[in-house]
Amino acid sequence: VQAGSPILHGYFRSSCSWRVRIAFALKGVEYDQLPVNLIKDGGQQLAVIQYIDETRPGPRLLPADPKTRAQVRMISDLIASGIQPLQNLYVIQKIGAEKMQWSQHFIDRGFQALEPILKQTAGKYCVGDEISMADICLVPQVYNAERFKVDVGKYPTIKRLNEALLEIEAFQVSHPSRQPDTPDDLRA
Amino acid sequence: MRLSLACLAKPILHGYFRSSCSWRVRIAFALKGVEYDQLPVNLIKDGGQQLTEEYKALNPMQQVPAVEIDGTTLSQSLAVIQYIDETRPGPRLLPADPKTRAQVRMISDLIASGIQPLQNLYVIQKIGAEKMQWSQHFIDRGFQALEPILKQTAGKYCVGDEISMADICLVPQVYNAERFKVDVGKYPTIKRLNEALLEIEAFQVSHPSRQPDTPDDLRA
Repeated sequence: VQAGSPILHGYFRSSCSWRVRIAFALKGVEYDQLPVNLIKDGGQQLAVIQYIDETRPGPRLLPADPKTRAQVRMISDLIASGIQPLQNLYVIQKIGAEKMQWSQHFIDRGFQALEPILKQTAGKYCVGDEISMADICLVPQVYNAERFKVDVGKYPTIKRLNEALLEIEAFQVSHPSRQPDTPDDLRA
Repeated sequence: MRLSLACLAKPILHGYFRSSCSWRVRIAFALKGVEYDQLPVNLIKDGGQQLTEEYKALNPMQQVPAVEIDGTTLSQSLAVIQYIDETRPGPRLLPADPKTRAQVRMISDLIASGIQPLQNLYVIQKIGAEKMQWSQHFIDRGFQALEPILKQTAGKYCVGDEISMADICLVPQVYNAERFKVDVGKYPTIKRLNEALLEIEAFQVSHPSRQPDTPDDLRA
């Protein structure tokens, strides 16, 4: 463990951990991983991502303009507060037998709201043509949607953005299929 | 020309007196001394006014609050609060130092992502009969995590001695906790902070008991 390198306590498949891995990759920040076999829920990763953005050089993860910055946060919060917490491991364990329908319901509901918002804000990426925290939140949420068998084809803007983002190095190198703790059968 | 007229117009808050997320935005406006108009959205009446097509056009998530400000419409209370902070003068709602700023966001996110979404109206309607235990469970779980964090970060307020977005999130969540009969006394730091904050004008004037849409029987 390098002195002073950030240490990420994460889980290969946690969408919240993946968001932070993407941010580190976009900024070119080297970090060490201490995999933890429990999934961290909640959206506190957005605080980490903004901290990284504010203290490391490299491409901005939030735009300079206050209005578009607010749009990035709005989209990020819609995902991190409005969707992910309702389908994280802890909650679906409490829901029990109906967890598939429950998760699909909340992901669909969130994507139904997100699709028209993104139609307005998106250029090449979620907000205009620069990668931002919104994109960092979107891709892991689409991955979750696919795990819960949500038909993402119903959301053409989300689908298009996700495909474009998955072409990017930072989103690939941080992918759940390529982490130190990825099980062999799920490894890329 | 249109842009400057939009900036001169007062912001409009579409909210509900008792919505904790709406209350957060009201506190932020009050702390900054920003005048705004309210267009109440009754979450119960007519099957829930947030479910109308008109409201959906403002906020596709069909939740409150939505804020029309400077010619744009924003939803998600923390995005709104930070926009207000970044564009209006007055006391900072987030500290200048990146580390304490991150702590403010972490506490705010713990509440806004980790607690409130699990006990909002939509979700508890889906849970049905067990909604009381469900809500208490998630509030207790969140407060159990928050209490030791606040023990570390708090001075007079949640993070050090300046009021921040963390305080803005805390007070409405304690109000919700009390509505769900959670014993906040189990969390002494949360309790102390909430009491100190409720002494502050901005937290009083924005209180659910004092809004244009507060029903008479709940009015202060």
